[in-house]
Parts: sequence; structure tokens; C-alpha cells
Amino acid sequence: MSRSTPLRDVHESLGATLTDFAGWLMPLRYGSESAEHNAVRQAAGLFDLSHMGEIFLTGPQAGQALDYALVGHLSALATGRARYTMIVNERGGVLDDLIVYRLDDDEFMVVANASNYEKVAKELIERSKAYDVLVEDRSDQYALIAVQGPRSQEILATLTDADLDGLKYYAGLPDLVDGRQALIARTGYTGEDGFELFVANQDAVPLWHALMAAGEPYGLKPAGLSSRDTLRLEAGMPLYGNELGVELTPFDAGLGRVVKFDKPGDFVGRSALEAVKDGQPRRRLVGLVARGRRVPRHGYPVTKDGAVVGEVTSGAPSQSLGRPIAMAYVDTGADAGLAVDIRGSHEPMDLVELPFYRRNNK
Amino acid sequence: MSNIPDELSYTKEHEWVAGLDDGLTVTIGVTAFAAESLGDVVFVQLPEVGASVEPGESVGEVESTKSVSDIYTPVGGEVVEVNQAVVDDPSLVNSDPYGDGWMFRVRVEGDAEDVLTAEEYKALTSGDS
Repeated sequence: MSRSTPLRDVHESLGATLTDFAGWLMPLRYGSESAEHNAVRQAAGLFDLSHMGEIFLTGPQAGQALDYALVGHLSALATGRARYTMIVNERGGVLDDLIVYRLDDDEFMVVANASNYEKVAKELIERSKAYDVLVEDRSDQYALIAVQGPRSQEILATLTDADLDGLKYYAGLPDLVDGRQALIARTGYTGEDGFELFVANQDAVPLWHALMAAGEPYGLKPAGLSSRDTLRLEAGMPLYGNELGVELTPFDAGLGRVVKFDKPGDFVGRSALEAVKDGQPRRRLVGLVARGRRVPRHGYPVTKDGAVVGEVTSGAPSQSLGRPIAMAYVDTGADAGLAVDIRGSHEPMDLVELPFYRRNNK
Repeated sequence: MSNIPDELSYTKEHEWVAGLDDGLTVTIGVTAFAAESLGDVVFVQLPEVGASVEPGESVGEVESTKSVSDIYTPVGGEVVEVNQAVVDDPSLVNSDPYGDGWMFRVRVEGDAEDVLTAEEYKALTSGDS
């Protein structure tokens, strides 16, 4: 039996196609996923992300506990800022990718993926034992609504007096939105400017309606997980279970920069990651653009001259490029003459550096 | 509830078939239910004109944002026509599955596979939608 978010009735009333995602019943799309994708690129989209996990660390050693538990240097994070980081095991394998917000001197919020947050909470509790900190999984108490797209600031500004102009990318600010207490975070997973609003469960439905009403004149559309996936793929953002997994280190995924060896003290996975940091990974994560119209999908082999040289991790038709795109792990050195075996037919692909899509910075 | 026209026949794989009762040539497409389940269709591959096909054979594919599905023919015979318009504009599968989104025509030889009536197909799909 799938779990539901506080917004399930809203999704049903909007005619959403619901799907099981990581044990949660989530909206896949409300109508056309292409229209939702385009709305986020051109105006704004509204996402229910209440399936994500929120784990709080509170106490005088919260920062030090996170420095030990994660690969990042979180005690150095300024209050109000956020950081993309990872939790790895002793062998350096990625258990999850995370965003950590520093809410106060003594308080951090770790946002984990729906499929992993129970595991992450358990690890954080275990790894924090030697520190003066309280770890609490409050995922059941929080809903998360994201407004993403170039018009998102204008839309949100109609509902809050918070200083959105002063809110930087990867920063979070507690304030009222439509009269409800929210953490307003300038983060997202679409490649666009946008905000993620963490609110108490009971505020989710009224806040959703307020945002829909405020966004209507700006072209805001509710957007489901299908468009979220094509948006993040165009933006070259990794998805746990596709581009990231426990058999890969952050270096394998080309994300070695998130590992902060120069932070004070030991951290879980340090020695394993030290051993691989200067090595040449056998494969690297690249972008593929199909010359034809058939779509490379997760798990399809990448080939060169008929030999397998890699594997597709995510693929979809790209609205922004007008051609199918994919992320794939490909043998180092195999840069040209690539194809993807799409159900027996070797479809030619051009290798490109990620991301496929980058928004124009204002 | 998806549109399921009474005058058509259906397969369990969500194709519709027109002309099975009266003609030598049938027209085949995918149902509105299938189109809605797939999401936005972005690619359609159809059999070659002149190809000889067997009942129950996979003769093409329909690709959407999230998934890919085979197109089956419920009848054997010769493919006499394919809908180039749907190859050029796969969104016709979503916008007009029983009209401009038709897929291919087969001159029937032999018996068709078991097909469903509209009533039976409604019963098949009502559990999922």
C-alpha cells in the first residue's frame, strides 16, 4: 500500500495520473507532461515533493556530527545557506545525495530522497552517537511544495513579504507565505530559478491553492514527476538509483568536488575516497544526444563499433533540444562513434558535456 | 473514463480494429486508454507496406516520454497502407487516436486472433482507470 502526501485529494481533483514512486502515490502528470515541462521552462510549475525526507539535527555539535557523517564540510556552512552533499558508506559508495540547510547555529535540516530517507536517518543517528546532538526524522510532519520557473519569484512575491531578492541560490529563509510559516528555499531540481517551500502538513492544501491562484496570471501549471524527470535530465542533474548508487563513489559520478578532504577530523568513507580520488575512473558520466527519434532508456547498452562501452542511466525525449537525450556512463576515451542499442537497433549518438540545458542567468 | 467507440473491436494489448466484420482490409490503431496511459507520444514506428504479418506479432512501437510499447496486429495478412502522418506527428495518437492517429491497414488472410467487443474492452480497462 503506497503512502499518500497531504495533497493527494488535490491531485485527484486535478485529474492527475497517480503512480507509485519509492512507495509513495505521487502525481505523474496532470495532463500533458510536455506542456508541464514547457510551463516550467517558460513560466512556472508547481510540484508536490512531500515524499522527500526531512531530518533535523539539533544541538551544539550538530555541525561536527554532520562533518563526520557526510562528505561535505557542513560546520562551515553559514546560517541560512544550503549545500549539496552526499552520505557514503565506509567503502565510499553513495548511500544518498542530500541538500543540507543550516537553519541556526545549532540546527540543520537534511533533505534526503524519498527512497532513502529512512536509511539516511538511521545512519545519521548511528554516526552522531559520539556527539552532543539530537537527530530527528520529521519527514512525516513536513510537506514540500516547489515553485519552479522564470516567473516563480513574481508569483511567490504576491504571497510573502520575505526578501526574495536578497535570497541567494542555495539559501533558505524562514518566513510567512500566505500567512503560513514556511522555510523558503531557493533550491530546485529543474535547472530553473525557483523556490522550495517546506511547510507543516496541515498547511499544504491551503498553500497549494494560494499558489495556484497567485500563479494563474503568470502561467503557473501543476507539474508531475514525469516533467520533473525530463527537466532534471536536461539540467544534467543526477538521480539516485540512476546516476548515483551504492556501487559508485562521488568521483565515479564526476561529483568528487563535494568531498571535502580538508575539513577537520575524520569522516565516514574518508580512507576509501582518499584511495580513489586521484585515480582515473574507468567510466565517466556524459550526455548523449540521439541523431534519430528513438529514445535511449535506463539500462540500454552504449556501443562503439558494436562493442559495449557503457550504459544509459537516464533517457527521455528532450523538449528543449527537440531530440532524445540521455545520461550514460561511458568508458573513458570513448568519445566518438557511439550508439545506443535500442532494442536491437544501434542508434547513433553524439556525445556532449553536461548539462544539456542551462538557463540564461539574469 | 476513456472513449471506447462501440463499433470497433479491441485487443487485450490496447489496439483497436475497424472493419473486421465486413471488409477484407482492416484499420488498426491504439486506443484512447493506451494513449492516456502512455502520456505524450513522441515516436511511432510502423511496419513496411507490403510486409506480411502474423496474428499476434509485434509490428511496430509507440514511444512516449516515459515508456515504449509494442504495437501488435491481431490479424495476419499483408500491410497495404501505413499512416505517414502519425509518423511525422506522433502527437496525433494522443489527440485523435481513433481518427487521424490510426496506424496501419492490413489485407486480412486467415482468422483474426481473439478480439474483444467494446463492452468487453470497457470491462478490461475499467479496473485500471
